[in-house]
Amino acid sequence: MSTIARERGRHLLREMLRIRRLEERSAELYGQGKIRGFLHLYVGEEAVAVGAMQALGPEDVVVATYREHGQALARGMDPGAVMAEMYGKVTGCSKGRGGSMHLFSHALRFYGGSGIVAGGLPLAVGLALAAKMLGERRVTACFFGDGATDEGEFHESLNLAALWALPVLFLCENNRYAMGTALHRHAANPDLRQLPAAYGVVAEKVDGMDVLAVERAVRHAAEEVREQGTPRFLELETYRFRAHSMFDAELYRDEAEVRAEQARDPITLFSERLRAQGLLDDDALAAIEREVEEELARAVAFAEQSPWEPVEELATDVVTREVGR
Amino acid sequence: MSTTTYREAARAAMRRALEDDPRVFLMGEDVGRYGGAFAVSRGLLEVFGPERIRDTPLSESAFVGAGIGAALGGMRPIVEVMTVNFSLLAMDQIVNNAATLRHMSGGQLSVPVLIRMATGAGKQIAAQHSHSWENWYASVPGLKVLAAGSVQDAHDMVLAGLADPDPVVLFETMALYNLEGELDTSVDPEGVWRAAVRRAGRDVSLISYGSSMPKTLEAAERLAAEGVDAEVLDLRCLRPLDDAAIVATVERTHRAVIVDEGWRTGSLAGEVSARIMEGAFYALDAPVERVCTAEVPIPYAKHLEDAALPSVDGIVAAARRALAREP
Repeated sequence: MSTIARERGRHLLREMLRIRRLEERSAELYGQGKIRGFLHLYVGEEAVAVGAMQALGPEDVVVATYREHGQALARGMDPGAVMAEMYGKVTGCSKGRGGSMHLFSHALRFYGGSGIVAGGLPLAVGLALAAKMLGERRVTACFFGDGATDEGEFHESLNLAALWALPVLFLCENNRYAMGTALHRHAANPDLRQLPAAYGVVAEKVDGMDVLAVERAVRHAAEEVREQGTPRFLELETYRFRAHSMFDAELYRDEAEVRAEQARDPITLFSERLRAQGLLDDDALAAIEREVEEELARAVAFAEQSPWEPVEELATDVVTREVGR
Repeated sequence: MSTTTYREAARAAMRRALEDDPRVFLMGEDVGRYGGAFAVSRGLLEVFGPERIRDTPLSESAFVGAGIGAALGGMRPIVEVMTVNFSLLAMDQIVNNAATLRHMSGGQLSVPVLIRMATGAGKQIAAQHSHSWENWYASVPGLKVLAAGSVQDAHDMVLAGLADPDPVVLFETMALYNLEGELDTSVDPEGVWRAAVRRAGRDVSLISYGSSMPKTLEAAERLAAEGVDAEVLDLRCLRPLDDAAIVATVERTHRAVIVDEGWRTGSLAGEVSARIMEGAFYALDAPVERVCTAEVPIPYAKHLEDAALPSVDGIVAAARRALAREP
């Protein structure tokens, strides 16, 4: 195995671990009352965000959901800005006004962070329309869950993107639950790939627990979107290991099911794969864990030490320009 | 200065904006080949082509959301929602995305989208097609809301809305598209963000906007024939409301009648009344009167619809009531 493959593999592992450890720490900080509101953790789904972001360039656009810490980190958002946002501090990526569900970075073309299921899909279609009309060859990658496929906005958006041949990459993170309602209980047709097919959008199913498979599929699909300017759809099969949010007693699924799914833990699977290929040993893993822990500690310290936005600024930026004054 | 219609004034403004700025485009249901449900966009497809005059599917949420997304992506979209009634299907996008994105992103994002929609009753199209939801949109921080009550404003509000960096909801009145009036295309459209005194008077203030403006002006003329000198204030911008102009007119006349085609409960008329109480309580010589739509789903039959809506007679009667009260 070449050095490039070794570094590449460790990079992917590190990226997934950055998300996993941030999520675990966030849950602890929630317990301590440092983070409030809704907190939706991405534990178990890391391979999706990490794999997908490898395949997107800085010119591309990302629209995500309320479970988007993973996408934000993988996109390159500073973990301090993410943590400070969850703390509600002014140094947060959205000045503490959005919280966990509303991470934004205009510079990274990261457009949230939407709290309404499927609400980001029409935005993504519009961002892609703008790119097309301006002659910019960017891909708009739009993440959403299996629950979103039940929403009218999902169908409206697929139809519009297909009808107008817009460069949208629809990335369906199928974690098998719409909040607490299992896929077969919320979707008349649980084979989600058939939905985009109805609109003539090419769709593919991908093992969302395999970071390399995700990267490969997203790279291929993004290239097609970029070359042909038309939408593509990927269903990324994954699983949420933790509760939907911090207000979820998980009455709707068995512990045995969760345990069984944890055998597919994307981080464990990928670490074992690297080890089997001689690309990772205990020392290397410990070094990565240490790096991740140090970065996270800095992020938490940054959030802790950051100031709150002065209350006097409450009403700033409601609008861009005041009128009628 | 020329005489034209409300419809043609709106079209002329869109045409000018499309000519002046390549980022401007129009999308909505039947805006292209059909020429617009109310013929506002007729002829634009032939001039600007299907890339810039886009017929959309009947997917209000998707195409309004796409307008918001396109605005984020650097365009200056005009989204035509056929009527306010159908805008309810896009309420999520307008309220949860367009209105929130700037503040919720800590000031990073701007959403320069103009959302035009026809509003109001009076065309015998029954309950589901006759709504006036200006009050709902006007209650949402992050939006700016304009209501065109004159031919000049039908033109200027399109240009002002497009020039603004924020999401603007522009209400055009369905029943006024054939209204004729003077249009001066050299007026600075920025004036639309302030209320305008349409008729100066000393005895009573008739405060209205959009759909009810012609009726309110007619009522003022009727009152004049009776020797009552009514002032007519056209609010024009419903968010933010021009508090100073509202207070100023009440301070001049000491009596106010608010005319609003919305239902009284939770109405803009209620909001304006509250602001008068807050800002001009001691200037009032009589309780504020409100002329609103009867609290029924708007019926189809002409005589019933007429009875439900604000009328010239009703406005005149309300003004007389206000004038009859002793301070």
